[in-house]
Order: sequence, then structure tokens, then C-alpha cells
Amino acid sequence: MAVRAKHQRLVLLGIALVALIGAGLLATWALRSQASYFYVPADMAANPPEADRAVRLGGMVERGSMKNAPDGVTVNFIVTDGKARIPVRFAGIRPALFVEGSGVVAEGKLGRDGTFVADNLLAKHDEKYVPREMKDMQQARKAIENTK
Amino acid sequence: MLPEIGLGLLWLAAALAGLQLLAGGLSLTANGKGMAGIVRPVAMVQGVLAAAALGILIWLFVQTDLSVKLVAENSHSAKPLMFKIAGTWGNHEGSMLLWVTVMGLGGAFVAAVERRLPEPTMMATLAGQAFVSLGFYAFLLFASNPFARLYPAPEDGNGLNPLLQDPGLAFHPPTLYLGYVGLSIAFSFAIGALITRQVGPDFARAMRPWVLGAWIFLTVGITAGSYWAYYVLGWGGWWFWDPVENASLMPWLAATALLHSASVLAARNALRAWTVMLGVVAFSMSMVGTFLVRSGILTSVHAFAVDPRRGGFILALLAIYIGGALLLFALRAATVTEGERFAITSREGALVFNNVMLSSILGITLIGTLYPLFTEAMGTKVSVGPPYFTPVSAMFAVPMFVVLIFGPMLRWRRDKFSRISPLLALPLVVAIAAGGWAFAVGVRHVLPLLGLALGPALVVASFLPLRGRSVLRAPLSLWGMVIAHAGIGVALFGMASDSAFTVEKLVAAKVGEVNQVGPWSIRLAEVAPIAGPNWTAMEGVLKARYDGGAEVTLRPQSRTFWAPLQTNAVSALKGRWNGQLYTVLGDETLSDKGESRWQLRLWWKPYVPLIWIGGLLVALGGGLALLSRVAQDLKRRMARAKGGNRRDEVAALAHGDAAKGDAA
Repeated sequence: MAVRAKHQRLVLLGIALVALIGAGLLATWALRSQASYFYVPADMAANPPEADRAVRLGGMVERGSMKNAPDGVTVNFIVTDGKARIPVRFAGIRPALFVEGSGVVAEGKLGRDGTFVADNLLAKHDEKYVPREMKDMQQARKAIENTK
Repeated sequence: MLPEIGLGLLWLAAALAGLQLLAGGLSLTANGKGMAGIVRPVAMVQGVLAAAALGILIWLFVQTDLSVKLVAENSHSAKPLMFKIAGTWGNHEGSMLLWVTVMGLGGAFVAAVERRLPEPTMMATLAGQAFVSLGFYAFLLFASNPFARLYPAPEDGNGLNPLLQDPGLAFHPPTLYLGYVGLSIAFSFAIGALITRQVGPDFARAMRPWVLGAWIFLTVGITAGSYWAYYVLGWGGWWFWDPVENASLMPWLAATALLHSASVLAARNALRAWTVMLGVVAFSMSMVGTFLVRSGILTSVHAFAVDPRRGGFILALLAIYIGGALLLFALRAATVTEGERFAITSREGALVFNNVMLSSILGITLIGTLYPLFTEAMGTKVSVGPPYFTPVSAMFAVPMFVVLIFGPMLRWRRDKFSRISPLLALPLVVAIAAGGWAFAVGVRHVLPLLGLALGPALVVASFLPLRGRSVLRAPLSLWGMVIAHAGIGVALFGMASDSAFTVEKLVAAKVGEVNQVGPWSIRLAEVAPIAGPNWTAMEGVLKARYDGGAEVTLRPQSRTFWAPLQTNAVSALKGRWNGQLYTVLGDETLSDKGESRWQLRLWWKPYVPLIWIGGLLVALGGGLALLSRVAQDLKRRMARAKGGNRRDEVAALAHGDAAKGDAA
């Protein structure tokens, strides 16, 4: 490729700009399809996400809803925000403070049968490290307790 | 009394930074030249004072002085000594003190040894360093005082997050900080060069070892952090594209680009404005990372404290430093004259490509990391993870790796493809063979296939620049490049192997039960309670055989810490030459018949340790390059000193002769 030496600086600047702008456009396009949205049960019941899209579901683990499957590693429970209830299935080692009545953020996909299949659960670790979404959950918990 | 002394030392260090800025700035004016003499000593004393303050804080942690708020909140008397020391920087205030200490010591080091640049440029550089330090001193003193007292002192401390009670923590943050903050020196050099309009090969040569040093620490820090996440978090992953990981990756990408563009500037006097720009960007990325992590905007193990005031403070610092540096760049870029020209097919051309790709990956990472903040401002909560970062960054990384295969063989200035194309047959054959093998064993996804093919080709190609040279007489810096590039190939192969070959099994096993994962058969021999210094645990004893071979024992634990009360799974790993067995013990669950079963998560991860071995090779290559630069510089200095002595002798003789002549 013959580049006139005179314009080399401009050409280099042009290449860098094109690449960076291209990267930016690619990024925004990819983000629209790949960002994982945060749902509370009421949103998920009203506008369910597409079946294969990775999303996160946050809410309270309903008391009395947690059931261990016979395989010993799968657990079924219901996440609620007081307005809607979403069944969740998770196979794996549960976080330490994952108990009924506590807040949880489940990462996964909504299955075609309406069950949310989680591949990861974020629960409260300790007093100091609380996932940020969990703080919003604490407000939800208050709302639920107030209705009782 | 000690905490007050520590605080006093910090104030004194901050005042000295102010003096350093003032004297350095004045020395550039016509009337202030006399100030130049004090700048270097002030910089050195400032660094030492900051280090002394950090020393006092470490001592307070060792003593568990609970009248100090920070110690009470983050330490505990029953904690092992190593974690008491490491706990010093396992919290917001302490880590910021470590930050300013590294920055002060870095400036002191530059002031003590760097003599290659014209003195005015050095003065501007040290003033720039002091200017940046001042902001962080202010942050420390006004918004995060590590020496604040607590009255009344509590009975005992809160303890440290068990996740952080790991030997890795003792070294991981200081290593990363040496890298992050080491880049402040490149930043200051860029500022100094812009102010005094001295952007040229000398500037690049002077800056290069400092960038190289910071980059080595960053590389080691990221590698160690990745391994730490891999075995401590118990999720079996080595990179999560967590905001904090991105915060360390972004400065690394910028520093890698800077290293390569600085070598073009040093060798060929080209890419002048671009190199200065990268010098500014690299440290800016360190600061952006700190902002993201420390402001509590993003959720992470590393987000120690959520305090909006602190976030605002760091944001203001960011605006001042990054905005100011970019403004200076905008004002001065036009006066940076264009460097030497080069053809597209040349070493420079390949390095420009490397720089553009690295910058694009940096841009993608930055956008992806900040995107959740933007959408949240709009009222939608999202998180961005591997499904975005991995493919999008690969789109730029893969072409970069391809160019990396032949780029180092190109000549400076102008070259022809036909000259090097016969040499490319070897990496091409290796790539086809490796890719074919991967396809034959059943790998079907595009990215793992590409990684498995490119990794070995890169390793082979890295050694090609050594051809026709005596292996022993090849310069050390060339070896550095060869090993670092080979390390990239090794790590790439490991990363691709993880997604291509990892086998996972999740079971609830009775004691005595045997499970098969990949070539391993693993028997749960027993589960027994054990106790440690500040925890109790259930420990599983796993007897594992690889392909019917000798039995090895793994002991994963489920630990319960009591200060603070928290449970944490501790994985057990067993390495072989061809991979690693990774085991985690979960909860006890009862079967329908009421039998006790234990959850086990088992992974067989072929070739995965190559990720970290590759990372260490990259750092080792950097180390060799640094060694060669330092050795060259020392040699030059000695030659100059010798030359100086000779001149003095000649002058003395001449003077003596003249004196004799007078006497006669």
C-alpha cells in the first residue's frame, strides 16, 4: 500500500480513530444483546424475558417453599416480592447464608415452563459484604413484612 | 501516641509534596532556578515519611491496638500474625495509605537515580508527581484517616473477611499497587515532557524502565489475583470480568501498549504524541479503577466501604488529573513535531497494529464496565459479564495474536513480506496441527479452537527472532521479548483449554461412594470435623486415582469462621503435568431413606495451570528486559564517570604543569 509520506500522521490518526470508534460501536451493539437485566418477580411475571437470555432475578426466598430434590444437589424454591411468585431451580453448592426468608439474587435463565433456572446464587455473605442488589431486597422484605 | 505520630508524619509528607510541587514549578521560571536544588531531596524525604506512616499503621495492626478505629473494625487479636500485617491493607484507609506510600517511594526513587533527562524536564516530572500525590494525601487526610481513634476501645476487633484471610492477600494488593501507582511515574514523565516540550527518544528511554517495572508488578499481580480467585472462591473460574478485575486489566492493557510504543519512540523516534498520550492514559486507568472499586458504586469483594463522600472525592481527583492532563496534551500535542516515517510493512507498522488493538480492547472493557452505571442512571439495572466481554474482546485479540506471530520478525522502517514468509511455514504448520488435534478430540466452539491453534503457534513463532543468532550471545532484551511473547501463547493455550476440556461433576455422595470425573475416580473416604486458629471446619477426605494410577488424597473443607461469623468453602487442588483436579465440599443433605450425603463439586481441568505459568513467563520476560536496560544504563554511567575522572586528571595535570611553569 503506497501511502504518501506527507500524510502519514493523518493516516495513522485515521486508523486509530476508525478502530476505536469501531470498537465503541461494536461494544454498544453487543451490550444491547448481552447485558443481563435485573428483574424482581413482579416484572418477570408481567414481562417475561426471552427464554434463552441471561438475566438476574432478585427477591425473598418464600418461607416454606424450599424443597430439596432427591439427587441431593438440586433445590427448588420460590422467589417473591410480595406481588408475584417465581419458582426457581438451582443445582450446586449453596451460599452459606442462603435460607428461607432471606434475600437472594439468582443469575440464570427463565425456562419455557416458567421455572427460573439459576446457575449462580448471590446471598448475603456477612454483615459487611452485601451484594448491592440485596440492599434493594431489604426494602422489598420490609414491604412484605408490612403486608402481614 | 503512635497513631498521632503516624498522622503527623502524613501531614508532614503532604506538606513536603506541596513544597515539591512549588519548588519544581518555580525552578522552571526565570527567577526560580535556585529552587531546583531542593526538589530531589524533598521528594526523597516525602517518600520516606509516607513509608514511616505506613510502618506505624502496620505496627498498630500487629499490636492489635483497638483504640484505633481501623484496627478495631478490621482486625482481631486471635488472627495469625501474617493476616494481621496483611489486614493493614485489607481495608479502604490502609490500602489508600499503601497507595500514597508507593507513590511517594516511587517519586523518591526517581529523584534519587534518574539523571538521563534534562534537569528542567526532571523538575517538571517531579512537580507533576507531587501534584498527583497531593490529591491523594488530601483524600487520605480529609476523607479516609487511617489513624482515627475509637473511644471507648472495644474488647476485641471485628476481624477480617475470611475470603481475605489467605496468604495470597499478603502479596496480591501490594504487588498490584506497585503496578498501578508505578504508572504514576510514567504519567509524571509524560507531563514533564509535555511541559518542557522534550518528547523524544531520550524521554522514551528514560521512561521505559519505570513503565517496565510497573508493568511487571501489574502482570504478576493480575496473575496472582486470578489464581487467588480460582482457588479461593471455589467456583472453578479464573477470570470473571468482575469490575475489579477489569480495573486491573485496563491499566495493564494501556501499559502494554505504552511499553511497545515507547520502544518505537526510543528506537526510531516515531509515535511521539501517541506515546505521551498512552503515558497519560495508563495511570488514568489506574485512577478510574480505584474510583470504581473504592467508591462502592460497583459490588465486589474489594469494595470495602460504601461512602458517597469518598466516591465524590475520588471523582473530583479524577476530573482534575485526567482532565488536566488531557487539556495539557491538547494544548501541546500540536507542538510535538512529527516523528520519523515508516512503511506499513515494518516493525513499526506491526507495533502500531498492536497498539490500536490493545487500545480497542481497553475501550471495550471500559465501556462494558461503565455501562451498568449509565443504565442505572436511566433507571434500568443491568450487569455485564462474560457473554459480552469474551467474544467482543476476542474480536480484537485474535487479529493481534496473528500479527504477533510475524511482527517481531519484521525489520524497522521498511520490510517485505516475501522476506519473512518462508519462516512463517513453521508456526503455520503448528497452528494447523494443534487446531486439527483439537477438532479431532471434539472441540467445536470457535474461540477455544482458535486459542488452541494460535497458542502453540505463538510459542513457536516467539523463538523465531532468535534464528541465526548464538543463543548465548543474543542480547538479554531480545530474550525478554521472546519469553514474554511465548508466555502469551502458553497462557492462551491454558485459557482455551479451560473452556474446551473442563469436565465438571456435581453430586451428593455417601461416605465410601466413588465418582468418576474425566479420567479421575474419586472416593469420599470420610468427612470429619477439624479446628483451626480462628475457625472450625468439616473436612472431606477424598482418595483420587488418575486413570487407575496411584492414590492421592485431597482435603476440601467447609470452614466456619467466628470473627466475623461466616462460612466459606476451601477447595482442594491436585496438579498433574497435564492439568488440575479441583474439589469443593458443600453441605450435608439427607436422602429419602435418611442416609447422610455430602455435596461434592469436582472438576478436571486439563492444562489450565498454563494460564498462570504463561502469566509468570510474561512477567519473567519483562524482568529480563528490565535487567538489560538497567545494566546498559549502569554501564553508561560508569563509562561516563570514568571519562569524567580522566578529564579531571588531565585537567589536574595541565594545571600542575601550569603551576610548575609558573614556579620556573
